[in-house]
Amino acid sequence: MADAPFVRFEGVVAGYGGGDVLKGVNFDVAHGGVTCIVGPNGSGKSTLLKTVSGLVQPRLGTITFKGHNLVGMSPREILRLGVVQVPQNHSLFKEMTVEQNVELGAFLVKDKKVIAQRLRSIRETFPIVAERAHDKAGSLSGGQQRLVEFARCLMLEPELVVLDEPSMGLDPKTLHVMFGTIKMMNSLGRTVLLVEQNARQALKMSHHGVVLENGLVRLAGTGTDVLNNPDIAALYLGGSVSTRPAH
Amino acid sequence: MKLKQSAWWALALVVFALFPVVVTNPFYTTIGIFTVMYMSCATSWNMFSGYSGYVSLGTAIFFGCGAYTMALASIDWHVPGGAVQFWLVPLGGVVAMAIAVPLGAVALRVRRHTFVVITIAFFFVFQLAAINANFTGGPAGLSLALIPWQGNAYNTPFYYVALLILVFAVVLSALVRRSRFGLQLLAIRDDEDRALGLGVKVKAVKLTGYTMSSFTVGMAGALYAMFLGQIYPQFVFDPVFDVTVALMAFLGGFGTLLGPLVGGLILESSQQYLTATYSNGSLYLILFGALFLIVVLFMPQGIVVKVKEIWMKRSLKDADGVDGATPVAMAGSVKP
Amino acid sequence: MTTLLEAHDVSRSFGGLQALAGCSLLVERGSITGLIGPNGSGKTTLFNVITGYIKADTGRVSFEGKDITNARPNAVFALGIGRTFQMTRIFARISVVENMLVATQREESWLRGLTRSKSSKSELDNAMEWLDFVGLARLAHLPAGALSYGQRKLLELAYVLVADPDVILLDEPAGGVNLTLINEIGEKIRSLNAAGKTFLIVEHNMEFVMNLCDTVTVMHQGCNLVTGRPDEVRSNPLVLDAYLGGGDDEDVAEEMSNG
Repeated sequence: MADAPFVRFEGVVAGYGGGDVLKGVNFDVAHGGVTCIVGPNGSGKSTLLKTVSGLVQPRLGTITFKGHNLVGMSPREILRLGVVQVPQNHSLFKEMTVEQNVELGAFLVKDKKVIAQRLRSIRETFPIVAERAHDKAGSLSGGQQRLVEFARCLMLEPELVVLDEPSMGLDPKTLHVMFGTIKMMNSLGRTVLLVEQNARQALKMSHHGVVLENGLVRLAGTGTDVLNNPDIAALYLGGSVSTRPAH
Repeated sequence: MKLKQSAWWALALVVFALFPVVVTNPFYTTIGIFTVMYMSCATSWNMFSGYSGYVSLGTAIFFGCGAYTMALASIDWHVPGGAVQFWLVPLGGVVAMAIAVPLGAVALRVRRHTFVVITIAFFFVFQLAAINANFTGGPAGLSLALIPWQGNAYNTPFYYVALLILVFAVVLSALVRRSRFGLQLLAIRDDEDRALGLGVKVKAVKLTGYTMSSFTVGMAGALYAMFLGQIYPQFVFDPVFDVTVALMAFLGGFGTLLGPLVGGLILESSQQYLTATYSNGSLYLILFGALFLIVVLFMPQGIVVKVKEIWMKRSLKDADGVDGATPVAMAGSVKP
Repeated sequence: MTTLLEAHDVSRSFGGLQALAGCSLLVERGSITGLIGPNGSGKTTLFNVITGYIKADTGRVSFEGKDITNARPNAVFALGIGRTFQMTRIFARISVVENMLVATQREESWLRGLTRSKSSKSELDNAMEWLDFVGLARLAHLPAGALSYGQRKLLELAYVLVADPDVILLDEPAGGVNLTLINEIGEKIRSLNAAGKTFLIVEHNMEFVMNLCDTVTVMHQGCNLVTGRPDEVRSNPLVLDAYLGGGDDEDVAEEMSNG
């Protein structure tokens, strides 16, 4: 296990229609950690995540997950291997209750007992699932919906959780809870791979950071490495924090 | 590139213009007339429905109104059968537009899916009215004065008038596409509410487009009535016409300029040929159904877009361009 | 300073949910006004009421002293109120530059659109200038649907600016945009503001809001909770409790000191 990386991207080239968005991406995701991908808009971050979950098929290269090559697999097969993605936009079924939504997360599991047992443990780790169990998902605020999405994806007990900009549209208070929840998921043994524009906060809580630029990996290292790299800070992290000029 | 494109258009026009010179058999020129007529209807339909995304299935209303305008005007004004009747063709278009305004004002109050249903409902109202009214001649239809032309001399003028209507429809559609107005139609197709919030007067724009597209269809209907010399309500207000025109645009390429032309050419010529050859009126319906399935399953964007895609991929390969289209580069990248 | 845009005691409910409950907001001419508050506090609903996308149940909205309550979105836009959307709304199947051109005709009659081409030289140049600013110029001829989420956000900002409105309502301009670009957007807002443009901004990025805004209004449960200068708002215990989370929080404290 130690020598084989958990997830490895090797020369991944992918895109839509005529152009390639990813132009040969190489990096490893370590087992058990939180890996955060940052980079400018249009650098290919979301596309990269889609290649992991099978929504975009790479033209070249391989993506290995615990020794399986994910390239060529359908999203369903990848899901079965234990890779679950939470998409960028709100994806709950708004007219269904919170509990129904969470139960749907286990649609690959046939055993009713297992589902009930997992739901019990989810209720403990995500109090909102218990508190609002019978409310329509659409009546929850954006941040609450995000947490329910997390809860739903854990119903499959995935080994790798893939998150596309989980902080988008969340207020500061909820943002904090959300980041806390990611840490909690990670401490429960899930490896997390996420894309974040809220890069400072995300990198602070990540074990590993990857900078993607123009479809290529520009820098990979620990979260702090990336955070403290002066070039990266100047380019993507807004440089030093600007202060408002005095009136 | 620009020049090349216009050269292709000119070449196509020359081919169409020479068709009745080369092919003189009335059997084929009749197919030619119907094909050109349908191509203009599909182009015109596409100019509104294709650009705006508002699929209308009531196009036959305008076709029928144009046809009845020709028939009633010829009969009531005692127009002798002959070339002078061609002057009534634009009148058919004008009457169709006059009817399109109130229809559009009502139907366009709702969004796309409901709009489709309302246009179908309107169509059946018109068909029923035409069958039951007195002035339309009822189910017996109306007969126009006989045109004393013989053989192929009969078909040729009709063919050229139909071609003139087609050229008009294509030029109009191309102009709309290039205008601010056309851009507004496309914006409505992609996100109507957003367009509204950017100052597009969506109601006025939609109604204008709907009305404009009825003009050519009305003219085609008038020409049809004159060509056949006899019209029946169930044939000029024909639900198959509604569907066929839309299908032509979808087959060729919904919302593209070339699409309805290609779709119309393929569908109408094959339909006419099959009907005439096998004298089986419903054979083409099976063919249409099968074709529709193929289009929806394998090339939902239509033949034109599909061919363009294949062609572009091939030329990309030829140029050996792995990252051909979009270099998504950050300006000023820094070496670590 | 004079009031440019005012919402007075606006209420709106959806079924049983009271999205706005007597909310009032003042935007001074020439200001950058921030509108913050927890998810679900009614910020976007207020934007929708102001711009005519949603009708108010009660209350009134005025612009330059003129009543514009429940005016249609195109009329609101023609008066000079432009906005962006939180979940971006672009025209996916036309090109990026054509997206820009849709927005350039706010005072034009619809008949004029029939007789003129898509764009004049100056409109096209202006559109390309704005695209260049947001870094999308080289993608100008791609279909807008090919853009990534962040790029769509930038396109939306650009096409609202191209119409040259007097007041610009931005719904989370920094969401999904990388930090360097956020700062650039902030700079541009500042320079546009110096040139006389008024801004009303909904945003969760506190650093952005606190650095940029002259006045901040905090909304909570459909009402305006507090209005004041950023430093006043920041230290208000009501705001800390409703929006920023407990004051003892490490990260929040850090954000506060950054701002």
